[in-house]
Amino acid sequence: MTVAPQAVRGDQATKPAATRAAAQLRAVNPYRLRRQLNRVGLYASILFLVSPAILFFFWMLSLSLKNELDNTAYPPVFLPHPPTLANFIDVFAKNDFLTYTINSVIVSFTATGLALLLGVPAGYGIAKSKATKAAVLILVARVTPGLSYLIPLFLMFQWLGMLGSLAPLIITHLVITVPIVVWIMIGYFEGLPIELEEAALVDGCNIWQAFRYVAVPLARPGIVVGMILSFIFSWNNFIFGVVLAGRDTRTLPVAVYNVLTFEQISWGPLAAAALVVTAPVLLLTLLMQKEIVAGLTAGGVKGG
Amino acid sequence: MSASTTTLHPAALARRPTGRRNYARQYWLFAMPAAVVVVAVILFPWLFTFVMSVNDWKVSGNVYFVGLGNYEHLFHDPRFLWAVVRTLYFTTAAVVAPMLLGIWAAVCFAENFKLRGAARTIFILPMMATPVAIALVWTMMFHPQLGVLNYLLSLVGLPPSSWVYSSATVIPTLVMVETWQWTPLVMLIVLGGITSLPIDPYEAAVIDGANGWQMFRYITLPLVWPFIVVAAAMRIIDALKAFDTIFVITNGGPGTSSETINMLLYQTAFGYYDLGYASAMVVVFFALILLLSGVLLRMRKWEHGV
Repeated sequence: MTVAPQAVRGDQATKPAATRAAAQLRAVNPYRLRRQLNRVGLYASILFLVSPAILFFFWMLSLSLKNELDNTAYPPVFLPHPPTLANFIDVFAKNDFLTYTINSVIVSFTATGLALLLGVPAGYGIAKSKATKAAVLILVARVTPGLSYLIPLFLMFQWLGMLGSLAPLIITHLVITVPIVVWIMIGYFEGLPIELEEAALVDGCNIWQAFRYVAVPLARPGIVVGMILSFIFSWNNFIFGVVLAGRDTRTLPVAVYNVLTFEQISWGPLAAAALVVTAPVLLLTLLMQKEIVAGLTAGGVKGG
Repeated sequence: MSASTTTLHPAALARRPTGRRNYARQYWLFAMPAAVVVVAVILFPWLFTFVMSVNDWKVSGNVYFVGLGNYEHLFHDPRFLWAVVRTLYFTTAAVVAPMLLGIWAAVCFAENFKLRGAARTIFILPMMATPVAIALVWTMMFHPQLGVLNYLLSLVGLPPSSWVYSSATVIPTLVMVETWQWTPLVMLIVLGGITSLPIDPYEAAVIDGANGWQMFRYITLPLVWPFIVVAAAMRIIDALKAFDTIFVITNGGPGTSSETINMLLYQTAFGYYDLGYASAMVVVFFALILLLSGVLLRMRKWEHGV
């Protein structure tokens, strides 16, 4: 756990000293020198490591922009000419993708919002009272396979007659979002200097005011990290939706899986649907990569 | 770091504002709402699973107490035992490959080079993308006649592979997808370790005339080891729990040749609605995960001591 704050701040805080030292060393350090001589090797390695991702997403985009004839051609057509948006129009016209998008938005936003309301104070409380046992419980939640929550919760929702609504989905998504937020916030609050809060307490704040007006504003970057990650992993979740969602309460991942089962052969719309589902997450990753990298480095978090 | 939190040294205590000790109890209140939710959605399902696992519990029929009958059945069920074997096979490969590639990637990304930020962002996209969406695209790429992968193989003069359509290649193919997806997480955790290293040992090594590989082997590797262990533990947990991609790409097929514990669990619970038997399977599965990831829990504790 002590890894977390260092890693979160590592990028900014240690950089000046590290780069200065690195600059001094560059002249004499054969480790660096060898790297410079093997610059070609480094770039080749990077290219080798990154190319599977580039090729994959290029192919995904290519499939979604080509007509059916080009998609089933052999040898495959790589560049769509001319690119067509027909597949995307098809996806929204033939399926009720708008409803599923709204469902996904409601579920992910609510689950993330609730997780912040519950998880930020909890992370603070655990960090301040140094309750490591509570942190272990969070870890157990990380270890447990998603299906093992589903069997009892499925029965419970059935008894309560909740299966037709979005409520079961939101509740089960808390299983993913709350541990992520709590885990990240524990690390973040542990790393904050205690002097400011103590000053607030000496000045007559109560413990809640010290949290609300001192600790929370200081922890805002950590809160952003927790929010982004819990949103992404809630958005991506498939397993809870596939069991609990009814016809009208499907989330996007479940909806896109159903496109597969019904339209096995038409690749264009399938790729377009896949792209629609994952586009918000990819955009968020591109825009907020620094926060995401910090959060993932800190906790190795992943939901479900 | 622990010095900055509320450690109460007797000497320091005197200087602290009065009533300081009471705060420790008050801090618990902050965790209460989350604790209630955790009990409801995490702890309660666990206890309930234990109760179901000792009953013959079908979704529509009556419930009978069968004691350890489900567990006994489980250890004589060849389908379950084979699922365990497949899961271990899949997990071993899906831990080793991403670990090796991930450590390599971390060493590369620790260097400064042009477009480093862009390359790193592209590199982590696979783990952020929606698993179902990428599984669909992989499925299309695996198509035996029209798939782009067999075309690429033919370009470099290799014979076509049957990918997920034959029982011999299905698990290695799924391992490939898993590796593609989760190597970035290993890279990030190990990279976090490398960037936090002190520079002094490298200075000393330079003076002693060590070469690059020696420095990696005798300085970087031992110092980053705790991070590598954490990454490996994460990989073990995630590989054992792998569901989305396997479910979408093969659904356990062809036949049952990629049916891992998770796939069989889904079938038993939500295909056959045999909830009692599935619950027993969950308990055994969880024990297996805890056993294999015990390294992680010990690791975390050890870190606190450092």
